[in-house]
Amino acid sequence: MLDALINAFTPFNLALALIGVFLGTIIGALPGLSATMAVAVLVPFTFTLDPASGLIALGAVYTGAIYGGAYAAILVNTPGTPAAIATALDGFPMAKRGDGDLAVTMSCFASAVGGVIGALFLLVLAPPLATIALRFGPVEYFWLAIFGLSLIAVLSKGATLKGLIGGFIGLGLSTIGSAVVGGDVRYTFDSPALLGGIHIIPALIGLYCIPVLLNMVGTRDPHIERASAGKGSRIGDAIGLMWRSKFNLIRSSVVGTVIGILPAAGGAVAGLVAYSEARRTSSHKEDFGKGAPDGVIASESANSATVGGGFVPTLVLGIPGTPPDAIILGGLMVQGIRVGPQLFTEQASTVYTFIFGLLIATVIMVPVGLLIGRTAFKTISSIPKSALAPAIGALIMIGSYAVEQNPNHVVMMVILGAFAWGAARYGFEPSPVVLGLILGPIAEQGFVQGYLIGNASGNLFAEFFGRPISLGIIFVIALTLLWPLWAERRARSKVDVLND
Amino acid sequence: MTMTRRDFGKGVLGLSVGAAALGAPTILRASAYPDRAVNYIVAYNPGGESDVTARMQQRYFKDIAGQSLVIVNKPGAGGATAWAQLNGFDPDGYTIMGTIVPHIILQPAMKKVGYQTDDIDVVYFFHYTPDAIVVKADSPYRTLNDLIEDTKARPGAVTFGGSGINSANHLASEIFADMTGAITTYIPFKGSAPTITAVLGGQVAAAMSYTTQGVKAGEQVRTLAVATEERVSALPDAPTFKELGFDYVGGAYRGVAVPKNTPDDVRSSLSEIIGQINKNADFQAQMNAAGYQVVDVAMPDVPAFIEERRAAYAPAIKRLRDA
Repeated sequence: MLDALINAFTPFNLALALIGVFLGTIIGALPGLSATMAVAVLVPFTFTLDPASGLIALGAVYTGAIYGGAYAAILVNTPGTPAAIATALDGFPMAKRGDGDLAVTMSCFASAVGGVIGALFLLVLAPPLATIALRFGPVEYFWLAIFGLSLIAVLSKGATLKGLIGGFIGLGLSTIGSAVVGGDVRYTFDSPALLGGIHIIPALIGLYCIPVLLNMVGTRDPHIERASAGKGSRIGDAIGLMWRSKFNLIRSSVVGTVIGILPAAGGAVAGLVAYSEARRTSSHKEDFGKGAPDGVIASESANSATVGGGFVPTLVLGIPGTPPDAIILGGLMVQGIRVGPQLFTEQASTVYTFIFGLLIATVIMVPVGLLIGRTAFKTISSIPKSALAPAIGALIMIGSYAVEQNPNHVVMMVILGAFAWGAARYGFEPSPVVLGLILGPIAEQGFVQGYLIGNASGNLFAEFFGRPISLGIIFVIALTLLWPLWAERRARSKVDVLND
Repeated sequence: MTMTRRDFGKGVLGLSVGAAALGAPTILRASAYPDRAVNYIVAYNPGGESDVTARMQQRYFKDIAGQSLVIVNKPGAGGATAWAQLNGFDPDGYTIMGTIVPHIILQPAMKKVGYQTDDIDVVYFFHYTPDAIVVKADSPYRTLNDLIEDTKARPGAVTFGGSGINSANHLASEIFADMTGAITTYIPFKGSAPTITAVLGGQVAAAMSYTTQGVKAGEQVRTLAVATEERVSALPDAPTFKELGFDYVGGAYRGVAVPKNTPDDVRSSLSEIIGQINKNADFQAQMNAAGYQVVDVAMPDVPAFIEERRAAYAPAIKRLRDA
C-alpha cells in the first residue's frame, strides 16, 4: 500500500489531479454541463495513460465537477447539476444578503471534507460496504423515494399545501414519456419530442434559473450584494462556522457516502437527505431556507461524499454507483481491467494508487476551489446586470441543449421556467416540483418491480412490509412525518400554559 | 437573422467537429468520402453496450478513413428519440447513427415511436451481443435444465430480470418460453447493469441478459447458456443453447445507419470502412474479450438480413402484441 501512496505522489499524477480538478470545477460551474459529461469527454484521453493515472484524472474531474455545481447554485440560484439543489436553498439567500463569498468558501471546505470522508470509506471499507448496494432491491428504492418525497414538508418552507401541490405537479411531469417500467407511452399527445420525457437538467435550469433571470431584469436591486471591502475569501469565518457544525459536517458526509453507494439514488438525494437531517436536528430550524450556513455545509459535504461512495459498488461489484461511474467503468473495461471483489487483491496497486490519487485531488480542490470561487464571486457580484443577464441567458440555452444535443430541451426549459416564474408569484417554490420529478421515476420503478416480484412469489404484503431494510426506512418516514406534528403540539400546549 | 432550431443545433455540433478535426492526420485515400470528421450518433447513454462498441470502432475508423469519428450520445425512449430524428439530418454521410435489431423492428411494431423500420437505412451490421441466461454464483440452478425444471414445477414463480419491456431481452424471454415451455415472470429493469445488480442481490432468480454482462460480473455469476453458434471465448464454461438441444442463436445486432437519400457511393464507402474495422485483429480481440461477437452483414445483404430477423421474431412479437 506504501508503493501505491508513493505512486500517487509522482509529479505526473499530481499534475493530472491538479488539471483534472481545475477543469472539472469549471465544467461543473456551467449550468447544463454535468459531471457525467465532463467525464465522458475525458475518457478517450485516458486510454493512453496507465490505468491508475487515467483513473486519477477521471476521479479528479468528477470531484471537481460535483463541487463546481456549487458556484452556480450559490451565486445564480441555478443548481447546474441535480446534486447542488439543496446547496441553492440556503446558498443563494446567503449570497443575496452579501455573504456569497462566505458561502462559496464554506462550500469548498465542506466539499473537501465530504470528499475525503467518502474516499476514506472507499479506502478502508469498500468490499464490505458494497453489500449494502445489493441489499437494496426494488422495494427498498420505492420506500427510499417515498422518504425523499416526505422532504417536501421541509422544502415548502411553511406553505405545506403549496409544497404538496408542487410535489404532485412534479410527480405528474415525471410520468410524461415512455414509462420507466413497461415502456407505455403516456401524455405525449403523439409528439415524438415528448417521448423521452422531461429531462431533469433542462427542468432544473428552467425552474430555478428563469425566475431569477426575469427578476434580475425586472427589478432595480443588485442581483447579489457585493462583498464589502477587505472581506476577501473570509477563510477564518468559514473555518469557524465549520468547526461549530462539525457534527453536521460528519453526519452529512456519512449520509452522502452511504447514499452514493446505492446505484439508483445519487447526489441529489444525498444532498437533500443530509439537508433535511441538518434541519431536523438544528436548534435554528427557522433559519433554514433563509441563508443558514448549516444548509450549505450539509448539502455540499454530502454530495461530494457520494463520489467516494459511488466508487464502492463500481470497483467491487462492477455496478456503477452514479452515472459518471458508468462511464469510468466503460473506460476501465477498454483498458482491460476486470472490476470485482478480486480487483482489490489482484490489482491492489492500481486500485490503491487511484484511491490515494482521489484523496490528493480532493485536497487540491481546496486551493483551486478557493481561487476559482473568489474570482467567480467577484465577477458575478461586480459585473452590471445588463451584462450578467444576457450572459446567463445564453449559457442556460446552450447548457439545456448540450445535455443531449436536443433542441426540444431548450423549449422545455423555457416553458418550465415561465411556469415557475408565474407560480412563484403565488408563493409556490420550485424545489417540491423538482423533488417530484427526480423521485417519481424511482418510486414508480421500485413499486412496479416490487409488485411484479411480490405477485410472482405469491406474497405481495411480505415483499413490501416484510424486509428489514424496508421496515427501517418506513420507520424513518413515520418519524419524519409525525415529528413536526408532535413538536407543534408540544409548543402549542406551552403557549396555552403561558396564555392562561 | 432568424435562427431555426436546426441551425442552432448545427452550430454547436460544428464546434465539436471542428475541434476534433484539428487532430486528424492526413492520409490520402482513393475515395473522397470522408474528407472531414464524421458525427456518429449513439442512441444510448455513455457506458452502455452501444456506446462502448462505438468507442471501440472510433480508434480504427481514424486509422482506416483518415478522419475522426466524433461520438455524440443522444439517448432517450430506448433509442427511439434518436432513430426518429435520423432522417432529419443532412444525407451526406457526415452524420451516421448506431442502430439495433431487434429494437428497430420491435419498437414500431409495438407502438407509435416516430419512425418505421424501413425508415432506417442500415449500411452494415458489425456485431451482435449474444443473449445469455445469467444466475448468481450460489444459485441452486447449476444448469439450464435445473432452471427449466423449476419453472415447470412452479409456473410463473421464477422471475427473469431483463433490460426494459418490448426490448431484446423481453423478446428473448418470449422466445425462450416458446422453445422450452418454461413459464416465468419477466421483471423489466432500466438497463443491463441494474438487471445484474438484481441478480446479485437475489431480487430476481435469473437474468435474460447478454454475454457481456456475464463477462463483466465475472465470478459473481454463472452463465447457464449463450445464444451463439460456438462457445464464447470470454465465457469458456458457458454452454451454447445448441449444445443443450435448443436451436437458438441471437442477440442484439448493432449496425450503422445513414439518413435516407444518402448517395450510394458514400453509403458503400462507409460500409467498406466499417467492414475493414471488423477485419482488424486488435478490434476483434477487444470485442471478443468483452463478450461481443463480430459479424459481417455488409450493405448488399442488409435488406435480406432484416427480413430474416423480422420473420424470426414474428411469433414472439404477435404474442407480445396480444398480451
